[in-house]
Amino acid sequence: MKPVKFDYLPARDGAEAVRLLTEHGDEAKCIAGGQSLGPMLNLRLARPAVLVDLHRAEDLTGVEESRDAIVYGGAVRHADFEDGRVADAARGMLPFVASRIAYRAVRNRGTLGGSLSHADPAADWVCVMTGLGATYLLRGKKGVREVAAEDFIQAAFMTALGANEILAGVRVPRLSESARWGYYKFCKKVGEFSQATGVVVVDPERGYSRVLVGALDSPPVPLEPVAEALAEDGPDGALAVLDAAVDTALGDYPEVNRQLYKVAVRRALAQIGATR
Amino acid sequence: MNKTGIGARVRRLEDDRLVHGRSRYVGDIKMPGMCDVAFLRSPLAHARIKAVNKPDGCGNRILCAEDLEGVRPIVAESTLPSYRTSEHWPLARDKVRFVGEPVAMAIGRNRAEAEDLLEEIDLRLEALPPVITPAVSMAEDATLVHDQWQDNMFLQLSVGQDPADARNNAEVVITREYRTARQVMNPMEGKGVVAWWDYRDGQLVVTTSTQVPHVIRNGLARCLGIDEALIRVIAPEVGGGFGYKCVLQPEEIAVAWLAWTRRKPFRWLEDRREHLTAGANTREHHYSLTAYADKRGRLLGMDAEVTVDVGAYSVWPFTAGLEAAQAGGNLPGPYDFREYRCQVNAPATNKPPFTPYRGVARPGVCFAMELTIDAIAREVGREPWEVRMENLVPADAMPYVNVTNKHYDSGDYPGSLMIAKDEIRFDEIRERQKTPEPDGRLIGVGFATYTEQSAHGSKVFAQWGLALIPGYDEARMKLTPDGGVEVRVGIQSIGQGLQTTLAQVASEILSIPVDRIRVLMGDTGTTPYSYGAFASRGIVMAGGAVSRAAEALSERIRIVAARPLGCAPEQVRLQDDRVQGPDGNSLSFAEVGRIWYLRPDELPEGDRHGGLEVTEAYRPKTDQGVFSYASHAVVVAVDPDTGKVELLDYVIVEDAGTVVNPMIVEGQTIGGAVQGIGSALFEEVTYDDQGQPLSSTLADYHLPGAAEAPHIRIQHTESPSPHTAHGIKGVGEGGAIAPGGAIVNAINDALAGLGVELNQIPATPERILKAVLSARAAKEKAS
Repeated sequence: MKPVKFDYLPARDGAEAVRLLTEHGDEAKCIAGGQSLGPMLNLRLARPAVLVDLHRAEDLTGVEESRDAIVYGGAVRHADFEDGRVADAARGMLPFVASRIAYRAVRNRGTLGGSLSHADPAADWVCVMTGLGATYLLRGKKGVREVAAEDFIQAAFMTALGANEILAGVRVPRLSESARWGYYKFCKKVGEFSQATGVVVVDPERGYSRVLVGALDSPPVPLEPVAEALAEDGPDGALAVLDAAVDTALGDYPEVNRQLYKVAVRRALAQIGATR
Repeated sequence: MNKTGIGARVRRLEDDRLVHGRSRYVGDIKMPGMCDVAFLRSPLAHARIKAVNKPDGCGNRILCAEDLEGVRPIVAESTLPSYRTSEHWPLARDKVRFVGEPVAMAIGRNRAEAEDLLEEIDLRLEALPPVITPAVSMAEDATLVHDQWQDNMFLQLSVGQDPADARNNAEVVITREYRTARQVMNPMEGKGVVAWWDYRDGQLVVTTSTQVPHVIRNGLARCLGIDEALIRVIAPEVGGGFGYKCVLQPEEIAVAWLAWTRRKPFRWLEDRREHLTAGANTREHHYSLTAYADKRGRLLGMDAEVTVDVGAYSVWPFTAGLEAAQAGGNLPGPYDFREYRCQVNAPATNKPPFTPYRGVARPGVCFAMELTIDAIAREVGREPWEVRMENLVPADAMPYVNVTNKHYDSGDYPGSLMIAKDEIRFDEIRERQKTPEPDGRLIGVGFATYTEQSAHGSKVFAQWGLALIPGYDEARMKLTPDGGVEVRVGIQSIGQGLQTTLAQVASEILSIPVDRIRVLMGDTGTTPYSYGAFASRGIVMAGGAVSRAAEALSERIRIVAARPLGCAPEQVRLQDDRVQGPDGNSLSFAEVGRIWYLRPDELPEGDRHGGLEVTEAYRPKTDQGVFSYASHAVVVAVDPDTGKVELLDYVIVEDAGTVVNPMIVEGQTIGGAVQGIGSALFEEVTYDDQGQPLSSTLADYHLPGAAEAPHIRIQHTESPSPHTAHGIKGVGEGGAIAPGGAIVNAINDALAGLGVELNQIPATPERILKAVLSARAAKEKAS
């Protein structure tokens, strides 16, 4: 279980990363924390001739705060959220989620942008950033373009990233004071990938309400009737329409799985009262 | 009392080097010119090999079966009548019989280069129908795993007699099927071997991560066709064995052959993917069982069929029959009943060769037996602990010979269950269950009691038909010139703290503190013969040998000391780290060493003393093995919405006879129990219908971690064995035996109100949730 031979090219910043990717074309692949790509290299499932390392790129490891949002660099690590080294735009949600990603050793190296670009539907950030209505900043040869979180992940392990593009940053709108959130994932054991994820974000001041079910075979699915009921009637109203909404949205899934998805969203909704 | 002798809570002498990462495993060994070896492994479960085409110019860096001139296959003969042997070539010939079977090997300056070469090999296979389950294997007209056999059975045995009286008199009849999953042992360190030619000694040196260095030497000599004197096997630090490393490995033979023929160093290190596929070799049992009881739940008899999925080949020396034969013999467990029959099947399948894992067959039989006891209890409307008390061999019946002729030597089985029941606060749990939990979870409590046959003697192994019968173990012991002690034993430490406990046994007799006693092991060049570390035999067999050797060395020390002390040798006592005469005068051990080694002129002329180094062999008074035992009690919370199980409390009451070091027994018990929790709740290798393993990384094969391990509370009782030195019994495997039974009994207790009964491990959330949902659907249909 050793990788195929490759060249290792550390990028100083995002622009250099894009230049290196352009130069080496299809043979090149980005690595940031390496927590997913590392095993794939060792298993020889990924066989790039060139690895462009983003994890020291200065403009990808920083954070920019503004009044309405915070932009997190793509190479910010899970542990940076967990330990409070970066500001939290979501009133406790980001450190809460980060501290439950895999194991500490993974969180020490794994990055926000890496996880989103890998686009495993069960990944925490994939679900949470969609729930928060984040916007992704994609840097390419022609500069930076913006893509909404829900448009970024197109299918399991497929994203809107073009050739020679990197996920340079993630802009997360700040939750207002009255906002509430809930996040629940069901894992067979601590640190394993989620089998069913529920994400709930409601921000009355901004007129924002979103309920998602995640860890599917595909990207997270919004449960719009539940989100509407949540905005209008609160958690109890949302609970009343939950089971039907999941059965409609996930009709193809076996009963046991649908049961788990319902439970995950139900428990995320139950946190609404508790979070502040 | 001797502060470092038997019974002392001595800190492990091994831990400083282990926790600081200072020790040396196979993977730490570097040699000039050493090449790495990688194996091309079969991608198919069952196929005929049409060709292994090597790329041009790579002839001597890529080898397949016909290149290994002089190599013989692994063949484990058995004395059991119906047993069939298999030929297991280190590199497959003619056919491949499981996914992961080595077909060719490549040599590189490093592992990556060797793996690059593997990709150049053009392997042509013609797929054959895979034999994936015992049912497929045992079907009429089944595809043959071994073409020359008439059917696929390694072994079929019938143990005991038709329980006709029990059947006729039974007021309660319980019939169940139980299943346990195929598992991977997952020691932290996988297999690994470095082999080279030592020109000075004229020996092939094979450094390998093994539990049984002397046995590997026997095996390598057979399979390489060379004299044992030409082979030295060294086991360095071994990062976990669990049975995985107690058998001769194909890779050991292949790498040793390279070093033997090319006179250069070669290395192979198993990686986790190889381990999770080619090492998926244990625990898979299927039980079909009928128990007969009276209306109090008193067992009258049992009629059972045990089928063990033993995979493609027979491991050496333990054979493909050991697990099944042990299952048939050990199923009755700690219970007293007189009618028993068990049909034992060991069919070959296209899976890796079955290898005995910590607990060997008993985790399966304990699971089957303990769930049966609970099923009887539900049927007769009594508490499971009451039905256990009704059936456990009582203390006053000891020594007791059970229905399968097991000689239970000592102990109070019901007593251990009662302590467990009190410790788990059984009455409080029953009280708590009357009120719904605020979080909606369901609480359950479960028990399991078992016996652990340890340190089986030669007759027991002979009954199981092993290719090589363990019996004696040996120890060599030397007083050094400065009054320290060197102990050399052929047994191997695989993490169980034998360097500490064997030093404690020596300390007990010599009165020398353990910090001056060095225990050296794991090298056929420097230690006397031992069968090695398995079957919870180490502390009994090697401990007995060390005890004998210490007595013999004491004799020699008395003779040397008698003259300076001015008394007869029999008047000399070893006490408080001194060699003491009758008049209060004494010598230090260093003075005795000095006289013998450095100032022999002070000894009488013409003296025929044998020296201060002795070798002694030991075998317990009985060959029947000695029986440790324990009761496990567990409280679970089951989430009926997700099927997830949390272990809220876990109590183990164990009895290992005389305890040499309570901390080590606790460590062994906890470690074993956590592995048992893995079997109970998490670990499972699944296959698709083509025999492809579906859990080839640790993302798919789930091991219990720190978060899944409860705080395990342990109580000791001590019932010394009448048959062994110091009354010691083995205990290394015990912890792993009972968790499956205890935990699933607790889950079934929690879910009883929903009408759910699980009979399969691991009890994964999915299995539990499915059972809950279908019980709910059945109820709705009925109402």
